[in-house]
Amino acid sequence: MADLPRPLLTVEGLSLAFGGIRALRGVGFSLAEGETLAVIGPNGSGKTSLFNCISGAYTPGAGSITFQGKSLLGLSPDRVARRGIARTFQNLRLFLGLPVIDNLLLGRHLHFRKNLAAAFFRLRGEEIRHREKCEELIEFLDLEPYRNVRVADCAYGVQKRVELARALALEPRLLLLDEPASGLTGEEKEEVAYWLHEMRGRFGLTLLFVEHDLRFASRLAPRMIALDRGEKIAEGTPAEVQRQPAVARAYLGDAA
Amino acid sequence: MDLVESHQEELRFARGRVVRALLIAGVAIAIAVPFSGQPAWIVRGTLIAITAIGVLGQNLLIGHTGQISFGQAGFLAIGAYTFAHVQMLPWPLALLVAGLAAAVAGVLVGFPSLRLKGPYLAIATLGFGIAVYQLLANASWLSGGRTGVAVQRPPMEWLYWQDVLLLAIFALATVNLISSYAGRAFMAVRDSEIAAEAVGVNLTRTKLLAFAVSSFYTGVHGALFAQFLGHLEPELFNLGEVLTLFVAITVGGLASIEGSIFGAAFVVLAPAVFGAARWAVPVLFGGSIIVVLVFEPGGLAGGLRKARVALEQWPFR
Ligand SMILES: Nc1ncnc2c1ncn2[C@@H]1O[C@H](COP(=O)(O)OP(=O)(O)OP(=O)(O)O)[C@@H](O)[C@H]1O
Ligand SMILES: [Mg+2]
Repeated sequence: MADLPRPLLTVEGLSLAFGGIRALRGVGFSLAEGETLAVIGPNGSGKTSLFNCISGAYTPGAGSITFQGKSLLGLSPDRVARRGIARTFQNLRLFLGLPVIDNLLLGRHLHFRKNLAAAFFRLRGEEIRHREKCEELIEFLDLEPYRNVRVADCAYGVQKRVELARALALEPRLLLLDEPASGLTGEEKEEVAYWLHEMRGRFGLTLLFVEHDLRFASRLAPRMIALDRGEKIAEGTPAEVQRQPAVARAYLGDAA
Repeated sequence: MDLVESHQEELRFARGRVVRALLIAGVAIAIAVPFSGQPAWIVRGTLIAITAIGVLGQNLLIGHTGQISFGQAGFLAIGAYTFAHVQMLPWPLALLVAGLAAAVAGVLVGFPSLRLKGPYLAIATLGFGIAVYQLLANASWLSGGRTGVAVQRPPMEWLYWQDVLLLAIFALATVNLISSYAGRAFMAVRDSEIAAEAVGVNLTRTKLLAFAVSSFYTGVHGALFAQFLGHLEPELFNLGEVLTLFVAITVGGLASIEGSIFGAAFVVLAPAVFGAARWAVPVLFGGSIIVVLVFEPGGLAGGLRKARVALEQWPFR
């Protein structure tokens, strides 16, 4: 055990039910510092539910989630964010009424030194420091033309990038991406794959992402897990996972 | 490319040309009114300034944070009566105490907002306003019974300058607040609670802060109103006051500072136009909400913004 890197995130026996629907059934896996893991599975297999449990939006009925040696269970989403976990959403959750720059500054919210008196009296040293951080992300993700555009007025592909930039602004240890390439054109998908690859190196991120597109997932993740009807049915390299009969069945069943 | 040269420059106060023009016009009008020699305009100006402070506060809660509250009359009454009972203190201190009393009530009323959304919160806060009114109507030791409570009233011209200056201070503080981390958290909660939590915004703290700050403003509004009237009775704080503030916010423009001031001017000046036909005022107010929501949901401030964009692009497009 000594020579294995300490896992950053460990999920064990995770179960979650909505009335009669069992969204997760005893799911477990672990993720080492710096690793990238993809979660695949057909519609309704529990991928988003798994993310919601980790990020504190849902409370699992059973199981454990350990991050950096401490349990995340029972923490509200803002406390989970404070621990160093950022996420994006499958159906974009942005601050639509605010310009791009303000969305990114909100990504810095937990790094702000909170001082209400300074807020009322316009003491802005803190603000400038964080704006500089946001500018780096704006440049990195080619968002310059949209800096002061209201997010509601941006195209879908741009909104998707803003959400990614906002998550990066948190400077998380672990980044959860729920279908980072869904709804994008082929070209945009290429860009996202490139950015994800780049930012792993640049920010030393550990990445957990959900993806429908198996080819996209295989390119980024050396290891993946597959879910079906709330259960983990396979784990391993992309080639290993795709060879599993259970995975083929789950995907075919999905298509039929 | 399109790089930011200086963050200092981006953060400067009143950057736009139109904003600066508005600011100068506002200051000019404020200075001109006392020299007009028309007592009626001094009274109206004072009332606009007082009302605008309350509208700014409620706009922080409703417009910026998205918490629809109808408890305004309650906070107004708490500010007014607290001020009346502590008026022996030095004036700034009495004003502060009145604002703080309302802020404490705001935090208490804010707790349901952690559970209730939209119309449910509106009804709960409405209940609070009614409860305060009933309490005042029945506790004569608080409200002075049928004779009411007298409040010392400085000369009108003095009040005018005092209240206009206070409005300037409150407006500036609001501009600063909404461009800070705290104001951004307000708007984040309004736009998406789920996303706000995901970036580490504490919903409880943010909503309660919005209630506290906005009630402080409304408490100060109440205190200044008490001083302006020189006399208080519970009847002043009924549902009509809720309607007035709500109209001011909608007509002026949600989440807009200049809108709050336009809105306050509207609710003070519109009744003056009607003169004797007082029954027509609520009709006008109700009608104006409908007209604004249907034709220009951004209110007067939103209309102005659009006009400005059109003007900048003219004659192109
Ligand atoms: N809030 C909820 N209330 C009720 N049922 C839910 C809720 N969230 C998820 N479910 C159910 O749990 C199951 C798993 O859903 P989940 O969203 O996790 O699937 P998914 O793998 O992300 O699917 P997709 O690929 O379509 O995004 C589904 O049957 C879904 O209907
Ligand atoms: Mg999903």
